[in-house]
Amino acid sequence: MPLTIDDVKKVAMLARLSLSEQEAQAAHTQLTNIFGLIAEMQAVDTAGIEPMSHAQDVTQRLREDRVTEGNQRELFQSIAPQVEAGLYLVPQVIE
Amino acid sequence: MINASLKQLSAQLAGKRISSVELTQMYLDRIAALNPELNAYITLNPDMSLAQARTADEQIAQGRAQALTGIPVAQKDIFCAKGWRTTCCSKMLANFISPYDAHVIEQFNRAGAVNLGKTNMDEFAMGSSNETSYFGVVKNPWNRNAVPGGSSGGSAAAVAARLCAAATGTDTGGSIRQPAALCGISGLKPTYGVCSRYGMIAFASSLDQAGPMARSAEDLALLLNTMAGFDERDSTSLQRENEDYARDLAKPLNGLRIGLPKEFFAEGLSSDVAQAVDAAIAEYKKLGAKVVDISLPNSRLSIPVYYVLAPAEASSNLSRFDGVRYGYRAPDYADLTAMYEKSRAQGFGAEVKRRIMIGTYVLSHGYYDAYYLKAQKIRRLIAQDFAEAFRQCDVIMGPTSPTTAFNLGEKGDDPVQMYLSDIYTIAINLAGLPGMSIPAGFGAANNGHPGMPVGLQIIGNYFDEARMLNVAHQYQLVTDWHQKMPAEVNSER
Repeated sequence: MPLTIDDVKKVAMLARLSLSEQEAQAAHTQLTNIFGLIAEMQAVDTAGIEPMSHAQDVTQRLREDRVTEGNQRELFQSIAPQVEAGLYLVPQVIE
Repeated sequence: MINASLKQLSAQLAGKRISSVELTQMYLDRIAALNPELNAYITLNPDMSLAQARTADEQIAQGRAQALTGIPVAQKDIFCAKGWRTTCCSKMLANFISPYDAHVIEQFNRAGAVNLGKTNMDEFAMGSSNETSYFGVVKNPWNRNAVPGGSSGGSAAAVAARLCAAATGTDTGGSIRQPAALCGISGLKPTYGVCSRYGMIAFASSLDQAGPMARSAEDLALLLNTMAGFDERDSTSLQRENEDYARDLAKPLNGLRIGLPKEFFAEGLSSDVAQAVDAAIAEYKKLGAKVVDISLPNSRLSIPVYYVLAPAEASSNLSRFDGVRYGYRAPDYADLTAMYEKSRAQGFGAEVKRRIMIGTYVLSHGYYDAYYLKAQKIRRLIAQDFAEAFRQCDVIMGPTSPTTAFNLGEKGDDPVQMYLSDIYTIAINLAGLPGMSIPAGFGAANNGHPGMPVGLQIIGNYFDEARMLNVAHQYQLVTDWHQKMPAEVNSER
């Protein structure tokens, strides 16, 4: 199914990327080409093959449920765009 | 001095023939002279570097030096270093001063090495030419009109131009090996899980690996000894016995079986690169190795598989950049959604945005099975090809890159053209195998310019880095490609 401009706009919205009409057109052309490259995959028979996400046969390592980090809020907030009273400031979210 | 090996530098430091402060200052002076044109470094902190050098000199004086104590190392700007601007060469992080050290940086600090500065890279490690950096392109020290390769282009150029004793890089689809090849240096990507990714800004979590870049396999071994190691903060870090990666360097190569995948010597490979690689294989035969023809039939699918999986993982990893807690925030926005959308649209470059969009699409409802899951299945087929091949050979060799360094701007606006230059390196990341590139000669002269460096790729089985380094080192004992230096950076000290 070929990519439409609406697909591009929807994806941009999901990814929280603002796109002008012109940018959406350009992205549509480029993404269509890239999907042309990816299309080769479809012809391959992968029946019965397990997806592979990791080279080694490992499982998620667990650890003790114990606090190990200290509070470094001041240090971490020293590089924030906008903070006040230990809070990160953003536009109003809840009415 | 600028051509001394790490072992030789360490001996000179121990013998008080030079101090770490003098060595560091020497590199800072060379950087001041050559970096304005090459743009290999984007951040320097001479005060911090020299302070580390002074500490190293104290350790050396007290007889507490380790292999890398006092050695100035350039760090790819993807590693968070406390107190250092760490940008991933993106506008999104142009003002980010890291509040912590990556594990790899901690390893170098513990080893007493000196952080010489942060090197240029493709934005968020997405690129094969170092042309997507927010801080400008990097020029190949061998030809200022050519690219150094990417994404670790700055590190590769810094090593080639003798602007550091060694450097670090990261490799997700070839980003250590390909720039190493294009810049005529040695670079290694270890087995997935060998180096911790804690503090290494994530692009594609199942593919990213840190690795050393330097002028010889011997140097790479010493660097890997420092960089490797278990870190509980990285859930994919592997718990294994510590290894000395230099332990097998001196082993003779008699009986070594070198697999040559027919797919890596087929159409698309430039004839001058093929010639240089063939000559390298001939050298290996003289060293006692024998060649085995192998096939990696699914390797042709590496590129489509990678350009589904890597963008998918990137779209997830880069969703943290929202202008709230760190990084770029747009100056004007009407509401929270607008703040996110504008901060990200303004903060990210075009290639990064393209990949985020591809990734978002292939993970979205209705497309996940057809794209992401399909790619993961083919990934297993690709890994199985290698497993089968390694039954018949000990290492696999081939060209690292289909061509020598192309010119800046040559790949133009078509991302697909750029993606195709990763054809020989990507499969290795998908399988999680270790891979390296070493200099193996030069390509054909072009437009009056002398031939550019050619890299030989050596691929090993899982955890076989020590053997790979041995294989590379033995070749470097009987050839001198790795000792060649670009003409304009030659200034003996």
